[in-house]
Amino acid sequence: MAAQNTLTVRGQAAGGTPARRNKGVRNSAKWAHLPLVLTTLLLIFPFYWTVVMATNTNADYYLTPPKVVPGTHLLENISSVLTSINFFGSMANTAIVAVSVTVLVLFLDSMAAFAFAKYDFPAKKFLFGLMLAFFMVPAQLSTVPQYITMTHIGWVGTLQALIVPAAANAFGIFWMRQYISTAIPDEILDAAVVDGCGFFRQYVLIVLPVIRPGLAFLGIYTFVAAWNDYVWPLIVLINPDMLTLQVALSQLNATRNTDYAVVMAGALLAIVPLIVVFLLFSKQFVADSVKGAVR
Amino acid sequence: MSSASLDRGFRRSRSRPPGTTPAAGNRRSPLRFWPQYVAVSPFFLIFAAFGLFPLGFSAWLAFHRWDGVNPVTFAGLDQFRFLLEDATFRKAVVNTIIIWIMATVPMLAMSLAIAAMLNAVRRFRTFYQVVLFLPSVTSIVAIAIFFKAIFNNQVGVVNQVLEGIGLPGVEWLNGYWTIKIVLATLMTWQWVGYNAIIYFAGLQAISTEVYEAAKLDGAGALRTFVSITVPLLRPIILFTVVVSTIGGMQTFAEPQVLFGSNASINPNSGGPGQAGLTMVLYFYQQAFNNNNYGYGAAIAYGVFAVIAVFALLNWRLTARSEK
Repeated sequence: MAAQNTLTVRGQAAGGTPARRNKGVRNSAKWAHLPLVLTTLLLIFPFYWTVVMATNTNADYYLTPPKVVPGTHLLENISSVLTSINFFGSMANTAIVAVSVTVLVLFLDSMAAFAFAKYDFPAKKFLFGLMLAFFMVPAQLSTVPQYITMTHIGWVGTLQALIVPAAANAFGIFWMRQYISTAIPDEILDAAVVDGCGFFRQYVLIVLPVIRPGLAFLGIYTFVAAWNDYVWPLIVLINPDMLTLQVALSQLNATRNTDYAVVMAGALLAIVPLIVVFLLFSKQFVADSVKGAVR
Repeated sequence: MSSASLDRGFRRSRSRPPGTTPAAGNRRSPLRFWPQYVAVSPFFLIFAAFGLFPLGFSAWLAFHRWDGVNPVTFAGLDQFRFLLEDATFRKAVVNTIIIWIMATVPMLAMSLAIAAMLNAVRRFRTFYQVVLFLPSVTSIVAIAIFFKAIFNNQVGVVNQVLEGIGLPGVEWLNGYWTIKIVLATLMTWQWVGYNAIIYFAGLQAISTEVYEAAKLDGAGALRTFVSITVPLLRPIILFTVVVSTIGGMQTFAEPQVLFGSNASINPNSGGPGQAGLTMVLYFYQQAFNNNNYGYGAAIAYGVFAVIAVFALLNWRLTARSEK
């Protein structure tokens, strides 16, 4: 779904002059809150129900009518999760992968995007087009040979098998290029050249400080995608001690499929860190994605 | 995405790179641009190793038989011939298309309605936006486990509610259509808010003058929506359709987790009657359960062909309605 943010339409960015806009025909329609609240409840319900199931026993799950309030068995369910799978180990693996991928993508993509946005160099258009083409090829076309490549270089079951391929992020370069070409005025770069700044000093001293909002959005997006990645880790991580959270969680689901209380406690443990990260940065995230969409 | 918008960055780029004096600009040696090449090379090096090379290797594999252990044997067009006659692959293609339609059409309609509501209210907007985003950042594994629990055939809360209001329970995870309904509901739940935010961004960009003019001309709310809002949102709507198509054609984790514990048959078979077997799940099953790498590669190219057909269809439909 990444590509949705690259959308380009002509127009004003969101949140321009709300006061003036409101004086026009569109007054606040209070009735619209009702469907919005209903939608909100439907979207939040799974999170609430996960809490209900994770805090009761598996026997409670089979009650009629169902329990609708949280119970008191959260701690024992969590301890069952911790004995069934290597939860903290897989969470540490997931964190290592997600942080490494995010740092690499932010650094490599913004630097490449700067070159693509502000410089002309031989074969630039060809290279950029090649990158865009790669962006559109479905991932599973190369899954089998990628796996074979990993067996040959001895990376199967290692975390770098997840980190290194994910560092080549065409969407990130494309998005950052759009951002840099509008956010950085050429005049500043010209002034920097007069002061004797080369490419890399311009990147560090001028570009990086200015594009921080763009980096924030790309960073959260990349982090979430890496944290939730499922297919490739499922294929390439064969050692039970080296799983990522999503794969470990799916195995908990597969082996303990009757104990819903434990499985849901595991699901809860796995989504809480992500929700916390998201809520911490959500204002930035929402604002930047909306800006990115109408840019 | 128009080519104009892609070129916008190029327009601003300079004929002479900063950091070079005019005197040095006389020589056009590419070596002068080494910092730029250094900056873009990490992507292309990784891309070559883990993107381009595997693509070519995949193409080669599709013409061979290999289980990863025994020697590779040449198969010619056999795998592709088998793919065309493979009833299971055909079933997977049909499943994927049905689930995609069942998920995408109601989802995008709901997204548009939610975006219109969000545009109409003034308070709590940020709160609504955060909640709308929340499902899209939640892991698909946790979501699939949750849906498996509430749609449980016997004791799931959905059936309990149905029986509570006097309706018969439904064997959700057993039937050909009900499995697809559960999968489509799951995908709708996860992405409806995200698309609504994208539409909302588009609505914000429509100037109030257009609406004022429509009001002066006596257009009602419905007429305004059909004649102004939807046409002006067209590029965004088309874009969400294209992205949902590519995403829907690659559906994998949803059925894999939903039926992953169904070990009585193959855990990657897509549930009872293979009703949830999608193209990518079938690919995974052949390549990594059966170690049939060559056939897996052939399926991957089959998936690619199906996506290409749909992308082309999208493009043709838009090109026609453009006139």
